[in-house]
Amino acid sequence: MRATELAEAVRSGERSATEVLDEYLERIEKRNAELNAFVHLDEDRARARAAAIDETVAAGQDPGPLAGVPVALKDNMCRAGEPTTCGSRILGDWRPPFDATVTSRLSAAGAVIVGKTNMDEFAMGSSTENSAYGPTRNPHDISRVPGGSSGGSAASVAADLVPLALGSDTGGSIRQPAAFCGVVGVKPTYGAVSRYGLVAFASSLDQIGPLAANVADSALCLDVIAGHDPLDSTSVPDHFVPVSPAVDAGVEGMRIGFVSQLGSGSDGVGGIDPEIDAAAKRAATALEEAGATVGEASIPASVYGLSAYYLIAPAEASSNLARYDGVRYGARVDAKTTAEMMVATRTAGFGDEVKRRIMLGTYALSAGYYDAYYDKAQRVRTLMAREFASAYESFDVLISPTAPTAAFKLGERTADPMTMYVNDVCTIPANLTGDPAMSVPFGNNSAGLPIGVQVIAPALGEFDMFRVAGAIEEALR
Amino acid sequence: MTDSVQEWEVVIGLEVHCELNTASKLFCGCANVFGDEPNTNICPTCLGLPGSLPVVNEAAVTKAMTLGRALGCTVSNSIFARKNYFYPDMPKDYQVTQYEEPTNSDGELALGDGSIVQIERAHIEEDTGKTTHVGGDGRIHGAGHSLVDYNRAGVPLVEIVSRPVIRSARQAKTYVEELRAVVLAIDVSDARMDQGSMRVDANVSVRPVGSDELRTRSEVKNINSLRSLGLAIEYETRRHIDLYEAGESPLQQTRHWDEAAGRTRDGRSKEDADDYRYFAEPDLVPLEPTQAQIAAIDESLPPSPALRRTRLAEAVGVDPADVAIVVMRGQDQLALDAVGIGADGAKTLARIENELAVEDWSAITADALADVVTRETTGKLSATQAKHVIAGLVEAGGTVDEVVATLGIASVDSGELVGMLDALIEQHEDEWARLADGDRKLQGFFVGQIMQLTNGQADGKIVQTLIAERLR
Ligand SMILES: [Zn+2]
Repeated sequence: MRATELAEAVRSGERSATEVLDEYLERIEKRNAELNAFVHLDEDRARARAAAIDETVAAGQDPGPLAGVPVALKDNMCRAGEPTTCGSRILGDWRPPFDATVTSRLSAAGAVIVGKTNMDEFAMGSSTENSAYGPTRNPHDISRVPGGSSGGSAASVAADLVPLALGSDTGGSIRQPAAFCGVVGVKPTYGAVSRYGLVAFASSLDQIGPLAANVADSALCLDVIAGHDPLDSTSVPDHFVPVSPAVDAGVEGMRIGFVSQLGSGSDGVGGIDPEIDAAAKRAATALEEAGATVGEASIPASVYGLSAYYLIAPAEASSNLARYDGVRYGARVDAKTTAEMMVATRTAGFGDEVKRRIMLGTYALSAGYYDAYYDKAQRVRTLMAREFASAYESFDVLISPTAPTAAFKLGERTADPMTMYVNDVCTIPANLTGDPAMSVPFGNNSAGLPIGVQVIAPALGEFDMFRVAGAIEEALR
Repeated sequence: MTDSVQEWEVVIGLEVHCELNTASKLFCGCANVFGDEPNTNICPTCLGLPGSLPVVNEAAVTKAMTLGRALGCTVSNSIFARKNYFYPDMPKDYQVTQYEEPTNSDGELALGDGSIVQIERAHIEEDTGKTTHVGGDGRIHGAGHSLVDYNRAGVPLVEIVSRPVIRSARQAKTYVEELRAVVLAIDVSDARMDQGSMRVDANVSVRPVGSDELRTRSEVKNINSLRSLGLAIEYETRRHIDLYEAGESPLQQTRHWDEAAGRTRDGRSKEDADDYRYFAEPDLVPLEPTQAQIAAIDESLPPSPALRRTRLAEAVGVDPADVAIVVMRGQDQLALDAVGIGADGAKTLARIENELAVEDWSAITADALADVVTRETTGKLSATQAKHVIAGLVEAGGTVDEVVATLGIASVDSGELVGMLDALIEQHEDEWARLADGDRKLQGFFVGQIMQLTNGQADGKIVQTLIAERLR
């Protein structure tokens, strides 16, 4: 059942939140051992919360737009008193004493938070294989990865273990797993959703967003979590225009550009599976049939996106992850001196990919290398923003494939980090520019695996983005 | 040795950290208080817990800009940066500070001695926590364990960086004193070196006199008083000169002032500490004060100590350097008022400087001070009597007449006594000369003469004091 319908049923008293929760918990019980989508369940709190919502309804009051809807949080979002591991050993049994802003907004809207989902350690990865709690599997084919780093959230929605989940997206970590799992994944405009309570990976790129089975559900969730938050200095001060009304608004008269560099053309980023390129082009045709005009957009700097991203994100991460030193919280490996204790703790606590990126980032920021690496990467970022801005003079919204390939096999890409990194080639540009982007399922490939189409819009252009996403979804019906 | 000392000149740049006296910390709402129970003023943000984010305290920024403007700095749009290094009392293992594009730049401070020290920048940053090493004599080496108090973590600081233009330990001390006066006058910090709300690091190097090169410097930390600042600079200067004269060179390093030993010591090894990997803090947005905000700050600024010195010096007719102490103590308005009423300038200054060096002198009014000084000038009170009266006024308040009565000075006009003594000295030149030579017996002679002349009405003590004064 759709989240929008579930909430309506609970609000009207047609179904109880408790009954809805039981149904989902039962499915989790049945399938989670195989999928490993959840790393932590808050069953008792969820039941108490569902009961409270039922009481609110019984008292004739409205619990809110997500009344009784079970929601999962990626395990890098704080919920007071609950484990928050970020898929790492280093946080040990640390429990945050506060709620993330998204957590409190979901609760205030009547959602029932059921638990935390698996992820690549500190959101570094594209397959959810880099987790201290083991890999998550793709519900469409359990020999394959769900994508990452929000693989647990994507898999839990795809398997209908929850109707809604939150993920975080630093270079594609919501959109790529959404594409791999055949669900909708939204990375809002940087600053549209508060980062307060999101454990940082790369602060200037991180953004929280919803994963849902359909566009309308993701819109409903985004409308609840978006909006200014004084606790996050980078939060956009503007009023967030609700996107739910956009889903059925159609694309009549809209100008849509297909980003040529993110297709399989020769001037592009390379490595795009022709089957996926073809699907994205079919989506463009469908939009044309729905009344939009479609043309080719050019973002030449796209080809530098991956390189820029793999300097900026690790640089920020090397600083953000410094605090895990064993002094104040989390795991500690004792040693003779404080410095040795820090080294021992970090050596034992972090996985290989996290260590690799800390080293990359430390190097990129080092004296003598800063200008050649970090600073140059920031210039690419500026250049890319300029190219997107100029594309938006001709187009309202851009589209492209979400990921170069469909879901790959577990273990297939763990040996060579570069083959993993190229997964993010289509999604990274929107993180670098801060623009909103989302992935919408658009059929399957010849092997029956889901394919996603990416919709990108200018900053705070979520309304137009959801008009296009709604039309793409509609075209498949 | 003396010859070689004169060949060298010392080059000093000071980095002064001032804790701003805001109600709350720089990036969170925790109380900014000194001396509370350890780890009581903390929250997820100032503990750097995962998921926490900083939000700039506007009051701290305003105070920082106020300090900048008081130092004649340009206030510009600015950004925060992260300074990355591992230290247990730094919760995030990076410090949020300003690197490129600081809030305040290019100021100067005019000192009481007439010199001017250029200020490179005055930037905003967060303080760290405080580590106490338990066991091992309180030093990190050999300590059994360490305790960290994060109450201070995130307290707002302004770091005022002077250009390397200070040329002596004395000038360095004067500069810090002056800075302290400015900071206190605009009420942005308690500026207490003993409590660490004002901390001074000294960059010291030497060079041959006449050269304008900048040689390798050492950065001396852990200086807890003005006195230590002078001693540390002198020690470091000597050490550098000795090294050069022995054909060696000092290393660029951080050194710690060891108060007990009266010397500087090697700080932590800098082999891996110098690369702080600064980059723009992505969790914060640029500070962009409006022209109106800056204008409002300028309007709120009280007159600078330099201006107050000039004003008082002109009113009294002395050199600005001579009124530095009175201005530093904030007694210049009292002096101006007393002089305005008609009191003698030099005497007024002398009485304030000597007799009002007490914690609470607020009981004395300009009228009373002017009255006392005028009585002194006209011989109605001796210098000693004037001191006693001022002390009485500070202690108990009241009018000058009341204090004079209480002290029993009114019985015989001391002006008369002074006249009598003058006459006696003239009549008994030999006896006076012998008394002046140390023949104490003759004191009784002069006291007796005056008692006779006043029919025993004069206060013997006062007479003795008058004699003693005259002998001085
Ligand atoms: Zn705090």
